[in-house]
Amino acid sequence: MTDKIKIENVNLYYGEFQALKNINMNVKENEITAFIGPSGCGKSTLLKSLNRMNDLIEGVKITGRILLDDADIYGDMDATVLRRRVGMVFQKPNPFPMSIYENVAYGPKTHGVKSKAKLDEIVEKSLRSAAMWDEVKDRLKKNALSISGGQQQRLCIARAFSVNPEVILLDEPTSALDPISTMKIEDLLTEIKKDYTIVIVTHNMQQATRISDKTAFFLHGEAIEFDETEKLFSMPKNKKTEDYITGRFG
Amino acid sequence: MQNTKKSNFDEKIMQAIFFLSALISVLAVIAICLFLFMRGIPAIAEIGFMDFIFNEKWGPTNKPASYGILSMIAGSIYVTAGAIVIGVPVGLMCAIFLAEFCPDNVYKIVKPAVNLLAGIPSIIYGFFGMEAIVPFVRENLGGNGYGIMSASIILGIMILPTIISISESSIRAVPKSYGEGSYGLGATKEETVFNVIVPAAKSGILTSIILGVGRAAGETMAVVMVAGNAVMPLDKIELLKPIRTLTANIVTEMSYASGLHESALISTGVVLFIFIIILNISLSLIKSKAQRN
Amino acid sequence: MDRRLNNLKQRKVKSILLKSFVWLCGILTVGVLIYILLFILLRGIPKINLVFLFGEYNSETLSAFSSIVATIQMIFLSLIISVPIGVFCAIYLAEYAKRGSIAVKIIRLATDTLAGIPSIVYGLFGMIFFVNILGFRASVLSGVCTISIMILPVIISSSEEAVKSVPDTYREGSLGLGATRIHTVFRIVLPTAMPGILSGVILAIGRIVGETAALIFTSGTNVMKNPSLDLLSSQRTLAIHMYMLAGEGLPHSKDMAFATGAILILIVFTVNYTTTKLAGRIGRIQ
Repeated sequence: MTDKIKIENVNLYYGEFQALKNINMNVKENEITAFIGPSGCGKSTLLKSLNRMNDLIEGVKITGRILLDDADIYGDMDATVLRRRVGMVFQKPNPFPMSIYENVAYGPKTHGVKSKAKLDEIVEKSLRSAAMWDEVKDRLKKNALSISGGQQQRLCIARAFSVNPEVILLDEPTSALDPISTMKIEDLLTEIKKDYTIVIVTHNMQQATRISDKTAFFLHGEAIEFDETEKLFSMPKNKKTEDYITGRFG
Repeated sequence: MQNTKKSNFDEKIMQAIFFLSALISVLAVIAICLFLFMRGIPAIAEIGFMDFIFNEKWGPTNKPASYGILSMIAGSIYVTAGAIVIGVPVGLMCAIFLAEFCPDNVYKIVKPAVNLLAGIPSIIYGFFGMEAIVPFVRENLGGNGYGIMSASIILGIMILPTIISISESSIRAVPKSYGEGSYGLGATKEETVFNVIVPAAKSGILTSIILGVGRAAGETMAVVMVAGNAVMPLDKIELLKPIRTLTANIVTEMSYASGLHESALISTGVVLFIFIIILNISLSLIKSKAQRN
Repeated sequence: MDRRLNNLKQRKVKSILLKSFVWLCGILTVGVLIYILLFILLRGIPKINLVFLFGEYNSETLSAFSSIVATIQMIFLSLIISVPIGVFCAIYLAEYAKRGSIAVKIIRLATDTLAGIPSIVYGLFGMIFFVNILGFRASVLSGVCTISIMILPVIISSSEEAVKSVPDTYREGSLGLGATRIHTVFRIVLPTAMPGILSGVILAIGRIVGETAALIFTSGTNVMKNPSLDLLSSQRTLAIHMYMLAGEGLPHSKDMAFATGAILILIVFTVNYTTTKLAGRIGRIQ
């Protein structure tokens, strides 16, 4: 399996504060990679660097390289192209105040799809990929803000699918949801990983053990350990990892 | 013990005074409605409702006298529509500029400029219109300069601060998460602002437009000085020809009017007043609909 | 891939056009303001002289002195009437009224309605009620009464906002020491809310100075040779002076209309500047 994303010697500064220290890791294609660690350890920051969402924050400086299919994402690549290839699902569901259909059609429309037939097709395909089609197919014109929190988050996942990404980043996607919605989303991710590369930030170690193939543990901006999930949780190589996993802090 | 009794009493008195002061607004509105209608409605009855509203002939000094305000209603509608056509696009774009694109140091210049525009008295706008806009229209567009075109330009400028400040607040109030969602899908900043953020603010923007309509329709001095004030038959109304609005009608003739003529002018004011009330009601309806959503 | 790249170029071009247009409108708005101000100030300021400001009015001087004094009277007397009423109303709404009670809804509706009434309609009401029915005739008194009602909503809304933003902790501290509600209002709440109330007053002053339509039929267009404090006489304010001069059509009148306009603009500048400074002080206190 190839390395979809290569992170090389990445340091990130918010003004004077260094949020990421010398990160080196490779994310393999068609796998689920989990980032875990206590609050403020840098896992979300690293995630947001993978699709250059950090560009939107003032005063952010980043050194090192991040390669997508061996192309530097901070090089010649246009950020809007990158973000189509690397999609993101945020912690709090954030559907647009539009209909369910419009939410999913927004991405493809923005990237140039004009034909209604094609858009209908993409909307159905995306909602099916998010295991939502049967639930909402009769209510596509309904306002997206009127469905439940769990459904809204799956809508955001469908929306992320709509632009046909290669990688999907999820930033604590189930932390605001009930257990049943959480389960639905975890099942979804496990099912789709054969077609996508997935990176998920999670506070919930059980979630990481349930669905991820590889896990990276972060602390104070450093990547302390990065290994196959089973190995990291059963025989951690670093004491700090062991302390976190067994609950001694964080 | 006596002290508490006295301070209780004082407390009650002051509370009553505060409440009565608050009632004065209500009294004022009732008084305004009462006296306007008292002078205005009988006149409309005497002239005849249909004749008043739907007759385009306004000739109080003719024999026989006619008191139809249709031409002035059309005049008010035209210049208000013109003001909206000119003021809303520029104002909305400027609001978007202030809320989404403006760097801090430029904001410190543009925002006070908008506030200053809001404070300029209408007589200044009217005079500026008379001395700068009217000659400009006359030389570059035709006609004698006094007319719907000049009035629309001046009113359009006058409603800019209203459109800008309320639209800017509404755009700023849109949750940041909507923008993030759009960026995450690979949209540019401009696409995000125009396709997601501004549409999300549409209720506030609509409010600003309605307030702008109220301001333009109720404006007197600026319009009187640039619109020409000729009572035009409906089929002769043109962009570059003079026009008289409801407000200008009152101001132009009140000083020498008496009897039914004077009452008819007051009735013109009543029509204006009712229009503003309808506008206010629409605003409340929009606000409560927005809150329910 | 090529189609995608073309599409991207199209989007980039469209985005740049939109951004430029948005900037243009911002610059245009500032430009319009500057143009209007310069237009009036450049022709008006040179015409201002001591005779125009302080001399006797005749067809040569077209002096604004009596109008300025009339305007000052108008401001002073209107504020004396509406500030206490407006502030007390604000106190009722912010301190005593129960949220959502019918009384509050009605009062707010009334205040919002008053705020939206065009000044010409105020002028008509003033003419009917104060000039005719109450018999004040066209006079400063009629003008003052009309203006007081007109600026009431401005005073009420800014005072209410100011009183509402006084932290509850201040009130609790005072009541906790055994002070009465009234005592708390007058000794703690009002002084703290003063900058906000003041900025509302200054906004009201700006409106009074610029008002024409509400005064033409109430305080009238009569010009006094020399300033007069006779409240029952008809006197024109500065803004009406400008309107009358603008309408006279003679070159000298037009020049002095510019001069009057320049004075009005300078007053508006001062009002605006003071309000901004006060707003800054309020922000820092909180």
